[in-house]
Amino acid sequence: MAEDIYKPIDQDIHSEPMILQMGPSHPATHGTVRFTLTLEGEKVIKCETEVGYLHRGFEKECEEATWTQVFPYTDRLNYVSPLLNNFGYALAVERLLGIEVPERCDWIRTIMGELSRLSDHLTCIGAGGLELGAMTAFLYAIEGRELVWDLIEQVTGARLTVSYGRIGGLKDDLTPDFAERWAYTRERLVEIHEITHKLLTRNRIFLDRMEGTGVITPEMGVSYGYTGVCLRSTGVAYDVRKDHPYFKYGEVDFDVPVGKHGDNMDRYLCRMEELVQSIRIIDQCLAKMKPGPINTDDPRVALPGKDKVYNTIEGMISHFKIIFEGVQVPAGEVYSYTEGGNGELGFYIVSNGTGKPWKIHVRSPSLIVMGGIHKLFEGGLLADIIPTFDTINMIGGECDK
Amino acid sequence: MAKKLIDFVKKHFGDEVLDAHSRLGNDTVVVERRRVADIIERLRDDDATQMNMLRAITCVDYLHREPRFEVVYILYSIAKKHMLTVRVVVPEDDCNVPTVEHLYGCAAWMEREVWDMYGVTFEGHSDLRRVLLYEEFEGHPLRKDYAKQASQPRLELLGKERDSVEEFNRYVKDKPSEGSRQA
Repeated sequence: MAEDIYKPIDQDIHSEPMILQMGPSHPATHGTVRFTLTLEGEKVIKCETEVGYLHRGFEKECEEATWTQVFPYTDRLNYVSPLLNNFGYALAVERLLGIEVPERCDWIRTIMGELSRLSDHLTCIGAGGLELGAMTAFLYAIEGRELVWDLIEQVTGARLTVSYGRIGGLKDDLTPDFAERWAYTRERLVEIHEITHKLLTRNRIFLDRMEGTGVITPEMGVSYGYTGVCLRSTGVAYDVRKDHPYFKYGEVDFDVPVGKHGDNMDRYLCRMEELVQSIRIIDQCLAKMKPGPINTDDPRVALPGKDKVYNTIEGMISHFKIIFEGVQVPAGEVYSYTEGGNGELGFYIVSNGTGKPWKIHVRSPSLIVMGGIHKLFEGGLLADIIPTFDTINMIGGECDK
Repeated sequence: MAKKLIDFVKKHFGDEVLDAHSRLGNDTVVVERRRVADIIERLRDDDATQMNMLRAITCVDYLHREPRFEVVYILYSIAKKHMLTVRVVVPEDDCNVPTVEHLYGCAAWMEREVWDMYGVTFEGHSDLRRVLLYEEFEGHPLRKDYAKQASQPRLELLGKERDSVEEFNRYVKDKPSEGSRQA
């Protein structure tokens, strides 16, 4: 008799796949992405990605602004590490201008860039933990991030939209007590790194969600244009800082952590290891850098000091020309690339020889990652979307431009 | 390193190369657009080049120049660490380029972005839809003749367009590639 009762349950019931709309207002999709999922039970069999809910017309705005006025827009690309975008753009324009920046500027860009990377990775790790229920890990990571942002705020004067980079230099030098403050922050960051390892790395709930989910193969990663941690987690050691050193990355010693499986766990571990490497880079930079100018002395590019503007006619003319007409960049085009928070950040810029860019195309890693994200979701479970989407570290501002 | 890739393209596709130069660390070849997919495929598969990564596809609108558009492919080899920019010129009245979707996973997405922003179509693309803008958007905003302050007509609410499997499939598969209701 008992078998008869259970028979209907064992039968293959004809059922249609279910369509589930995830986002854009789902908290895990950051309010900017929609996944139209086709589910069979809990399994995702098809995923249609839709982005663009935040589109602000970054490239169009840039074409209407002078070269220097683009900096505030680049802040709003990856707002978790805006300095990296600032410097990436500045480097692209400098390449087109054919100018070199002073040595100290390069050291400072390396330091501030790595601080931003710390902020980026800490946010990603913390938020990833939070969405799997690890509130404590999140609070620690955010404490670390806030300490980093305190340093950035002290130097740049702003907390989120820093606009610190300049063509041919920087807005300001580091503050005199930067090294001491870094020493304090560094100590706490190392502690937080250890605590995070203890809280997450061998946590059963965390491991079950992270190991073997969201797997990318090296071939697929390369074909889909993945860069940064997403690609390195598969074992491909491509890092722009190492392969094509810019700023002072060629003069400091650091390792490029790679993963083996390309799953969520590897991406998490790569980020954890990169935190250590970033701290190493900053330490070396502070030890090696020397006092000196931070802005290029090329009068076509650098704004003159206020004493010159008020007291000399050349200074005043130069100031007016740069502010009103913009820096005159010679005609031509260049593709310049740096290592952003989530991967290769490229700027393809075209100049027609005036003070405004003719075209700026940004190769934003987040947008390109979204092109292949359905491959990571399909075949997995609905619940795996949360950690996978977290470790991919898509940033809405950069994705939608 | 610089000249090697340009020479490679010239050697194998000499007739298709319209221009080549090496400036500011970027090697560039301008090629005939009808053969661009073949050239990129060769660059990807040949042992000497191994351009296994497509960094970006974008387009530049030179408004007053003839031909008006230029589609730019930036190729990179992770193993060989070299980069090549392949450009094709596209006239306004015949605004299309063969797709390279079958060569790189990311190309489909990037080509959608170029179509969305510039209105350049990619022949043979399996799913050419807008990516950043909504489907009812009229025009292509990164064209130089699209005014920055231009506004779009108000949309009707879409209603229950995608509430069943059938409707969803129709939406995904049978959507015309024009990307605009008016077209």
